[in-house]
Amino acid sequence: MRLFEYTALQIKEKIISGEIRPVDLTKQFIEQIKNIDPHVQAYLSIHEDEALKKAAQIQKKIENAENVGFLAGVPIAIKDNICTKGLHTTCASKILRNFIPPYDACVVKRLKEEDAIILGKTNLDEFAMGSSTENSGYKITRNPWNPEYVPGGSSGGSAAAVAADLSIMALGSDTGGSVRQPAALCGVVGVKPTYGRVSRFGLIAFGSSLDQIGTFTRDVKDAALLLQVIAGHDFHDSTSMPVPVPDYLREIDAGVRGLRIGIPKEYFSAGLNEDVHNALKNVLRKYEQLGANVIDISLPHTEYAVAVYYIVANAEASSNLARYDGVRYGYRASKSNGIVDMYCRTRSEGFGNEVKRRIMLGNYALSSGYYDAYYLKASRVRNLIKGDFDGAFQKVDCIICPTSPVPGFKIGERAKNPLEMYLSDIYTIPANLAGIPGISLPCGFSKEGLPIGMQILGKHFEEKKLLQIAYAFERETDFHRKKPVLKFSLTQK
Amino acid sequence: MKIGKKDIEYIAHLSRIELSETEKETFVCQLSDILSYIEKLNRLNTEAVKPMSCTVNATNVLRDDILESSLSLEEAQFNAPATKGVFFKVPKVIE
Amino acid sequence: MEYEVIVGLETHAELATVTKLFCGCSTKFGSEPNTQVCPVCLGMPGVLPVMNKKAFEYALKAAIALNCKIDEFTNFDRKSYYYPDLPKNYQISQNYYNLGVDGYMDICVHDRINRVRIHNVHLEEEAGKLIHPEEAGADYSLVDFNRAGVPLLEIVSYPDMRNVDEVESYMQTLRKILLYTEVSDCKMQEGSLRFEASISLRKKGAEKLGNRVEIKNLNSMKSVLKAIEYETKRQADSLDQGETVDRETRLWDEVNEKSARMRSKEEAQDYRYFPEPDLLPVVVDGKWLDEVKVTIPELPLARKQRFIEVFKLSDYDTSLLVEEKILADFFEDCIKIVDRPKVFCNWITNDLLREVNERKLDIHHLPIRPYQLAALVEIIEKGAISSTIAREVFSEMVQTGEAPQAIIEEKKLAQISDEGLIEAVIVKVISGNPAVIEDYKKGKKNALTFLVGQVMKETKGKANPKMVNELLQRKIDA
Repeated sequence: MRLFEYTALQIKEKIISGEIRPVDLTKQFIEQIKNIDPHVQAYLSIHEDEALKKAAQIQKKIENAENVGFLAGVPIAIKDNICTKGLHTTCASKILRNFIPPYDACVVKRLKEEDAIILGKTNLDEFAMGSSTENSGYKITRNPWNPEYVPGGSSGGSAAAVAADLSIMALGSDTGGSVRQPAALCGVVGVKPTYGRVSRFGLIAFGSSLDQIGTFTRDVKDAALLLQVIAGHDFHDSTSMPVPVPDYLREIDAGVRGLRIGIPKEYFSAGLNEDVHNALKNVLRKYEQLGANVIDISLPHTEYAVAVYYIVANAEASSNLARYDGVRYGYRASKSNGIVDMYCRTRSEGFGNEVKRRIMLGNYALSSGYYDAYYLKASRVRNLIKGDFDGAFQKVDCIICPTSPVPGFKIGERAKNPLEMYLSDIYTIPANLAGIPGISLPCGFSKEGLPIGMQILGKHFEEKKLLQIAYAFERETDFHRKKPVLKFSLTQK
Repeated sequence: MKIGKKDIEYIAHLSRIELSETEKETFVCQLSDILSYIEKLNRLNTEAVKPMSCTVNATNVLRDDILESSLSLEEAQFNAPATKGVFFKVPKVIE
Repeated sequence: MEYEVIVGLETHAELATVTKLFCGCSTKFGSEPNTQVCPVCLGMPGVLPVMNKKAFEYALKAAIALNCKIDEFTNFDRKSYYYPDLPKNYQISQNYYNLGVDGYMDICVHDRINRVRIHNVHLEEEAGKLIHPEEAGADYSLVDFNRAGVPLLEIVSYPDMRNVDEVESYMQTLRKILLYTEVSDCKMQEGSLRFEASISLRKKGAEKLGNRVEIKNLNSMKSVLKAIEYETKRQADSLDQGETVDRETRLWDEVNEKSARMRSKEEAQDYRYFPEPDLLPVVVDGKWLDEVKVTIPELPLARKQRFIEVFKLSDYDTSLLVEEKILADFFEDCIKIVDRPKVFCNWITNDLLREVNERKLDIHHLPIRPYQLAALVEIIEKGAISSTIAREVFSEMVQTGEAPQAIIEEKKLAQISDEGLIEAVIVKVISGNPAVIEDYKKGKKNALTFLVGQVMKETKGKANPKMVNELLQRKIDA
């Protein structure tokens, strides 16, 4: 087994025992990134010096038999919309090309405290607005399973980095599926925690009432390990909740005997790809074999979720992105005639088309005379959608459905039709609207050899149960062990 | 819901975004499509439903009035596109 | 044509917290620009606000003091507009659920009580400061974000005022309430108390209000009153000439005493308010409300009326006493020790205020304590010093905070009531003024007054005047 292919738990053990030296490991990963990433384009920046310095510190600690952190020496990649002190954080936008935050995001601080090694920052759709990572202001990330395909988005860089062994784990953010959908498309495990479970402090806001930082890992146990580090109350985020964080790894093998699994009929309707449908059928059979009860349920307002999402997320985004004005940081247009002109030029030159479209849509929904018809209406329907889940969770312990209606799509295929792109997130959006946790894990392959992901949704703050349910499936299957064979020739220019 | 060029120009200005004529046309089409899709919400009667803008069920998150350290002037201005002395510099503002 | 002026005021008061509304940066005034800023108040990417409890309670306190209805549920909203002093290009404010609504404030105008209704009281964040360089042809402006994020209370009145006297009384009364409740230092010169007026005219007897004109950039109460007078005339002239008054925002030009249309507000504002997703609602339960209520002191108008009724003081004197809470508190502390309301009132409104004005002292940091003034009054009443000496002692007390007894002893100011000592001086005075004695003996009775004066002068005013009189008369007559 190659060094890159170990899980975080395995690596951590080998580092603590002294079998692998953190500096060697980090060097090898940096080398690997330098060789492979030009074909994948997962990273926007690599923190070679900082990573090696940190690795040396941890190595010293181990040599001196000092205590080390929970993620001692484990390499991790971070989506470039999460602030890293002293290191570029661009949101894949030209408007933040030279932005260097003077502070660390809460999650970054926790990773550093637990001795993780931050390898670099990964690509995304500009400001996390997209489902394919094609909207990046800098580069297009390839799906490691097939470079003609998108890795999903918006956390496509993080998903591709883990899938292509360019990092052992990664952080992403999920506003409407931006962790779960690329995890599914890249064949890795992605967790979107409950809204309020992980601090958003330092996550560059897109849709503030929906955004949540999530994890990319090779398997479910690693997801538990990483979530353990980043979950928990943070004083700097008023919406982060002081709910105790359980030990996610303990009893992860509790099994699913007697568990009630809900299957929402709305998620298995027209538009679902046949391969995905078949994969899900196998999943349900497996769970039944393991002793779970599969129950048909209905989430009647599902069809409205995308419409609600595009009002709420974009209304919030239009105001969140108002701060990029060329005054205190970021890009400023070189020539302008007065302050208003400076704003307009800066923003027109700095933002890509998708971002402009969403800012305009959001401003429209909030503008005088339209607030009630759009934002308020959407907020009411949002409550109905949450009500669907509340009702369902009275009858079932979790909900299982596909993560994405299709196994993947090709680069450029959906770029011209924004609405079609928005519909890629139809199965992931409802969880964000309701604030509930979700996990996506590999459950099969399409005819073209692309990975297929299943999604498990649970009640607020029941990540532990989701991990147990996911692990029950994972340990019976080996989809997560399959590795993409990188087809360099196709991507080499 | 169809929106026209005038609407696009108004929203673009609210958004402080400048659009070329071609971009305006594209955005009129794209935003009209999206808004037509969103129309489906009107099929639901939501009069009795309370709007929900936040999913966490908590209130009164408040901090004590205790001083914390600020950035240094150098740190504050580090990312600024233009400064003059201790200030941030912007094109002339007319009140 | 005769018109009625209708005025409403929007008041902004910076709250007297140590830190900003959503971050731990200092609110101190006058520091070096851009040194009281952090990622949060600079609106950097990824930051989040956390509400200052003290600021919220101050706002609550003010809302209660202004007789507002306090709903249990209150929430914050984003108000969007682009301006370089507004870091996020939205201001966290309140629109859909204000902290306090439907209040009122009683004001006293020409001895009559008028009630001005308060539309709402809400909490929001302050903007930074924009500086327009004075050099000719400068094509730039400068921004200081030190004030950005300071907690700001907004108090919106109904258009219930009809003349400048009412407006002046409204401003003064509101200022006093904010000072009494200690929620703001109300320093207009530092911008911590600001007013914006909306003025409209209607024909006398008509019901329909004319178009409302808002006036900004009013830097003092005097400017507010001047602007209202100017605006009343300007609007009346327009209406007289058959023109209409535009609904607009105008800037007051302090130097030329004129108002002018505000260019940046020419387009209609579309603030796109929506609930701030980064903050959670605040629920004010009965217990909390009661806790805040007990911290509200008796307010100036009520206190004044009580002083008049209970202590039988004049309207004028009580106005001076309640003008500053610290003076009224001082007064009440004194009479708890010695029950002489009129005497203390005189000491405070005459002597104390004179000392403060003459010596330019800060009334909030005077070293003198109420028990010391009470002690002085007791010394006077015992006849131990004369009133002239008492003023001298008092002046010393105001400046140094020393006890009256100590000053009297140290400066040997105690009244001389020793017959022997006084007689010795009298003998000296008599022998030094033979001509005056002659005059007295010829029947010029006022010659005696001169001699008494001489004795007092010799004793530096310390001799007991009554004794001097008696002894002198006895001596000359003998």
